Order: sequence, then structure tokens, then C-alpha cells
Amino acid sequence: MNEGAAQPWHEIVLEVLKANEVRLVAYVPDNVLKPLISGCHADPFFTTLAAAREEEAIGILCGAWMAGMRGIALMQTSGFATLANVLASLPCAFQIPALMMVSERGTLGEFNIGQAMVNRTMRPVLDSLGIEHHTITRRDECGFILDRSIRQAVTTQAPACLILSPLLTGGKVLKA
Amino acid sequence: MSASVTTAHNAKRMNRAALVRRLVARIGEDPAVIGGIGHSNFDLWAAGHRARNFYMLGSMGLAVPIGLGVALAQPRRKVFVLEGDGSLLMQLGCLSTVAAQRPANLAILLLDNGTYQITGGQRTPAELAGTDLVAVARAAGLPQAAWAADEADFDRLVAQCLDTEGPHVIGLKLDDAPPAGQTERDPAQIRDRFMRGMGAKRSGLPG
Repeated sequence: MNEGAAQPWHEIVLEVLKANEVRLVAYVPDNVLKPLISGCHADPFFTTLAAAREEEAIGILCGAWMAGMRGIALMQTSGFATLANVLASLPCAFQIPALMMVSERGTLGEFNIGQAMVNRTMRPVLDSLGIEHHTITRRDECGFILDRSIRQAVTTQAPACLILSPLLTGGKVLKA
Repeated sequence: MSASVTTAHNAKRMNRAALVRRLVARIGEDPAVIGGIGHSNFDLWAAGHRARNFYMLGSMGLAVPIGLGVALAQPRRKVFVLEGDGSLLMQLGCLSTVAAQRPANLAILLLDNGTYQITGGQRTPAELAGTDLVAVARAAGLPQAAWAADEADFDRLVAQCLDTEGPHVIGLKLDDAPPAGQTERDPAQIRDRFMRGMGAKRSGLPG
């Protein structure tokens, strides 16, 4: 699936989403996610749209799933932090495989103290809601983790979250 | 629909349960109906369960996004969303998201009683400020948005939703009558039945 060691992470993600029929991509923009968002917009396989808030993106995905279309929400760490209530009461309560991909801010060289602090809430929220999550740090594991996570989410009817570490993406660093 | 010139303060205050029964009787079996949090979905439930009804539980403000997702996934089926004024106020940005996508099959029914009825009838900031939520929808890029003057006008606007391309918004000024029933709070069953109704799930299990 990820032949060629030089294939960038976002191309691997696009391939795995397509292979798993994940057609709807709802996002709130993030600099690290930019090449993935651009790749989705450029490929007519995907229905790609910007949502005004991450909550909206989760609602859109859940509606689409129930009507037969798989989707994923793209966001950054601070956006994930707005989601606890809707995750609990929509995908968790209704058993919907809402897929989330979070570009991780707040660690490994963060320059914004707010991002660093909110990052510490992300995994405890996921754990307390019982949401399966994995942090992807290596390109050679990216395809496997994403593919298996999508399959598990769909077959167990449960939300899942993939966290993209700066180890994978390079992250965002303060320009001197 | 934009031909309607009814303004917010001239719209008749109607009964939510009666309007939802009118809607259900008019649209037939095919459309999906998404009932927003609280009394919006209680009165959908009370109007009689349909195979393509979805009743929200929590996630206040997400009825329109859920409806947008359904509309994008099944563009040939009409999708009606019942959303309260307080709920819409929590997620006003969704109007721009809908306007950007322009789903021709989506109709948003704004159930506007000016209050958070389920928590004790406190007035919403929009009511206190005189915010015209249909005007907000138009300004967000949804020109086919109108207040229903009365029940007959509501019927006419629903017919336009069925017969013409949207997205449509119908504003409904409501009285303060309580809901006519209470939805069974069993989200996994609600989701399962809705998916079967939408043809998105097949199951050998009865139901």
C-alpha cells in the first residue's frame, strides 16, 4: 500500500482513504494538513468541504454515514478540544464510526502555550470516552494504522481518532 | 420562495406539533426528516414514527450538519431538518457551510418559539435582541429563506421544498405549547432503524 519509501504521508493517507471507500472529507483548516486537504480537493473521488467548526464536521460525517457514505473529519488539536459533548452524544451514543484525523499541535517544539496546554486534554478525553485512537509517528506504519483503524471502526460501529505526530508530519515550528 | 414578504413580526405564531403533523402528512414516505434536540424531535416522534426519521439526542446544534451529511450522501432524496432557534444560534456557522455546498435536496425548518422551552422557557439572546434568523439565513447565502405567514403559507412553502431545488429555509414562529409526546431515548435503535430506512444498512435481524 505504501510502496516507495519516499512517498509522503499525505499521499499514503489519500490512498488508504480511497481503498476504504471513505469519500467525504470535512475539515477545519490546519497548516500541517494543507497538502492532504489540497490532495482531497484535487481528487474527484472525494467530496471535500470546509466546515465552520469541528462539531459541524462530526455532524456532517454522522449524517452521511447513516445515509450510506463514509467520511472523515480533519482538524488540529485545539479543534478536537471543542468536541467532547458531541462525540459523547452523537457517534458514541448512536454507535457511528466517525473517523477523525488530528494534526497534533502542542508537543515536540510547540511555541504557543495554549496549544501545549490543550494538547494535554486530547488523549484523556479520547480515553474517557472509550474512543480507539492511535498516534502515527512513522511513515512506514501510517498506511497500516489508518487502514486497520478504519476497518475496525466500521465493523465495530465505533468512532476512531488518528493523531498525526510531528514525528510524521514535521509539525509546525516557529519561524525565526 | 423568496417571493414571500412575510416578516418575522407578522408571522402567525403556530403550534409546533400541529405543523410537524402537517409536514409529515404532506411529504409522504420518501424524504428523510432529521429532528433536532429536545422538543423539535419530540413532536416529530409524536406525529408517528416514519422509517426515515432520525431523532437527535444531545449534540445541540447539529441537526443541520447531520441533515447536510444525509443530503450529500443521497442527493436524490429530499431531506427536511427540524431545528430550534436556540439550537441554530449555537451553530450559526452551519448556514454558511450549507450555502457553500448548495445541496438542492435540503430544507431547513426553523422552529422558532423564542425560548429554550425544554429548560424552562428562558428567552434566547436572539429573541431579546430581535434577531431575525430567516434574515440571517439569507445573509449567510441562502436566498430561498422565508417566514411562513400561517398554516396555508407553510403548506405552500413545503410544496416548494418538494417541487423545486433548494436549499430552502422555512421560518416558523411558534406558540409556547408543550410538545405532544416524548421520544424513546434509545439511540442505537434509532440509528439502526434510520439506516435501514435509508437503505444504508441491510440486516437479517427483524426490525
